[in-house]
Amino acid sequence: MKDDACRCEERFANSDNLAPLEEVLERYREEKGALIPLLQDAQEAYGYLDEKIMRALAKGAGYQLSQVYGVATFYTQFRLEPIGEHLIRVCHGTACHVAGAELVSEEVSNFLGIKDGQTTPDRKFTLESVMCVGACSLSPIMIVDKDTHGKLKPANVRKVLKKYKGESEETE
Amino acid sequence: MSGNGRTKLVLGYGTCGIAAGANAVKEALERELATGKYAADLDIAGCMGFCFREPIVEFKDPDGRKVVYGDLTPKRVPQLLKAHLLNKEILEDWVVRRSDDPDFGEGDFIGNQHRIVLRNCGNINPEKIDEYIATGGYEAARKALTSMTPEELIDEVSKSGLRGRGGAGFPTGTKWGFARKARGDQKYLVCNADEGDPGAFMDRSVLEGDPHSVIEGMIIAGYAIGATQAYIYCRAEYPLALHRLDIAIAACREKGFLGGNIFGTGWDFDIKIKKGAGAFVCGEETALIASIEGKRGMPRPRPPFPANEGLWGKPTNINNVETLAGIPWIIANGGEKYAEVGTEKSKGTKVFCLAGKVRRSGLAEVPMGYTLRQVIFDVGGGVREGREFKAVQMGGPSGGCLPASMLDTLVDYDAIIATGAIMGSGGMIVADSTTCMVDLARYFLSFTQAESCGKCVPCRLGTKRMLEILTRICEGKGEPEDLERLEVLAADIKSASLCALGGTTPNPVLTTLKYFRHEYEDHIFNKKCTAGVCPSLITLFIDPDICTGCGACAKVCPVGAISGEKKEPHRIDADVCIRCKLCLSRCPEEAISAE
Repeated sequence: MKDDACRCEERFANSDNLAPLEEVLERYREEKGALIPLLQDAQEAYGYLDEKIMRALAKGAGYQLSQVYGVATFYTQFRLEPIGEHLIRVCHGTACHVAGAELVSEEVSNFLGIKDGQTTPDRKFTLESVMCVGACSLSPIMIVDKDTHGKLKPANVRKVLKKYKGESEETE
Repeated sequence: MSGNGRTKLVLGYGTCGIAAGANAVKEALERELATGKYAADLDIAGCMGFCFREPIVEFKDPDGRKVVYGDLTPKRVPQLLKAHLLNKEILEDWVVRRSDDPDFGEGDFIGNQHRIVLRNCGNINPEKIDEYIATGGYEAARKALTSMTPEELIDEVSKSGLRGRGGAGFPTGTKWGFARKARGDQKYLVCNADEGDPGAFMDRSVLEGDPHSVIEGMIIAGYAIGATQAYIYCRAEYPLALHRLDIAIAACREKGFLGGNIFGTGWDFDIKIKKGAGAFVCGEETALIASIEGKRGMPRPRPPFPANEGLWGKPTNINNVETLAGIPWIIANGGEKYAEVGTEKSKGTKVFCLAGKVRRSGLAEVPMGYTLRQVIFDVGGGVREGREFKAVQMGGPSGGCLPASMLDTLVDYDAIIATGAIMGSGGMIVADSTTCMVDLARYFLSFTQAESCGKCVPCRLGTKRMLEILTRICEGKGEPEDLERLEVLAADIKSASLCALGGTTPNPVLTTLKYFRHEYEDHIFNKKCTAGVCPSLITLFIDPDICTGCGACAKVCPVGAISGEKKEPHRIDADVCIRCKLCLSRCPEEAISAE
């Protein structure tokens, strides 16, 4: 557990530290209607948007907290929960759907024991269903972090994921 | 380019290519070329359209011959370079297309297309403005700004007959005219690059492969309507497109094509990028405007139309990526020339994204007036694995599913609307006998239900009720009255929704009810899913004559429903089986089937 916490801090700032948010606020100080880029950049710095960040952002940029929360919950890009070390996104666009994306999701779920939107208890993997990523010719597609795995057969899902499991074990 | 006796290698380096492994191929090519054994140089380009054969490299030989190789892997690179460059030998098995024999390989995929919007995609390095300029790029903008009045420009675009390629098909020239006439101290131009339709990727491909064509179109549009500030609203899910736009905009500022006093005309024009945050409804104009303003992307009633009251309450003109990318060509070649292509009311070309069960999935730009059959069979090569064509889904969640009997429908806004589908932004998903049309309708409803912004009741609640009905039909719990209930709900949602998202949401259901009613009836009355898709309505079984008893299925079964001795045929306990079909995809002998 301790190791995981350390890695999280390497990737993202902790919401107790508001310095990165100050930088983000400064970046858009002059820009009208910049709430969405503010939230996007804040999420990039912290990994997700928790209450502390949203409160500080509202205060710093002159919004009501309800406005900030309203926008953060409207758009799918924003997360209110932290994610695991590896983010698995299974595409559920039309082409992927007819190519069996459901089976891919199911196989990931079975293998990791988590459902769509959940994170494994060891914080290694988060599973997400996403809408079309626009690489339909490779359907069905699963994106792990920044790597796209296309023309995926459910039978190969475990093989792909084992690689990431192995990698993270090595770094421990 | 190849005048120095060297061959130019061009790697397809769009999202689709990279996803298929272009990075590893690029490294292998660079490693091999660094040895100095070959008289060749490597460059990149956007998507060439042959998504089905990615990763792809085109060899542009010094004598002008071009050969496109596909299905590359890092391992194949040394062999390919040696054969083509040293032994002057063509490895035919990997050839996608060769210019000295246009019919060879997949040559007719391109041969049957008519490329205006995609004119540079795959041909130039999208990260180098000079390559775009070398094709005549920015000459149309220069001509527009230095020798034409805004009214002449609008007239030229009206003459071309160009209609909005985002899906609605409103005449672009007329739209520009409204924004031109609107009064306001500040006007805005917005490029809608929020390509949210699942199954559509033409805007991404254009932005990745030829971003300058869009920027040049924007300069012309901005001048025509009198806007000095423009925005590109692009999905955050398209990082490569955003990256190439950044590079392109910076290069334009350096050349004086963007910024103050562009082309030395005294006209100021600049572009800002706004990253969308993931909301399908933001493709709708008024929702998109709200999103740029930093609000929840919810549509508002029109009028007032954005042309009069848009972004920050100022006159705003919104055009789609594909519409804008065609503008420089129209200004350079004349509206009449563009109008020579197409049908009476639909002019020019349309880019489609072929995907699903089609053999050649990729980008297809065809003249309006082609039949759907020509697009799917002549360009797309028909259905994969020799299966029978069942339907084509056009226009994504707002569109519809057309059966084989409608394949002679023309690619024409009005002809397609008459079928119940829509032209849409260009997604074309081909379905075969393994696609369940009820499940497909349910899929689209689950999408629009999740993406409904929630502002108006017909869309928010109506889609929910429709989805519930479709879900129970798929689960084998459909009631005889459900078909009528769906039709009533569909009519109400269509007539009473605030925006186009709600208004078109019933289309996938209505078209499948119209053309594939028997499948609904099969689900409801016979409790059967003939496509073998809906889990509650199928039984999985193992053919004992084919099964080798390898045990792969039993190992993957999450509920332990499969049993059998090693090397003996296995069997599935239907009472335990949850019909997840994992065994079906795992079986090496294809001994398992669904009925």
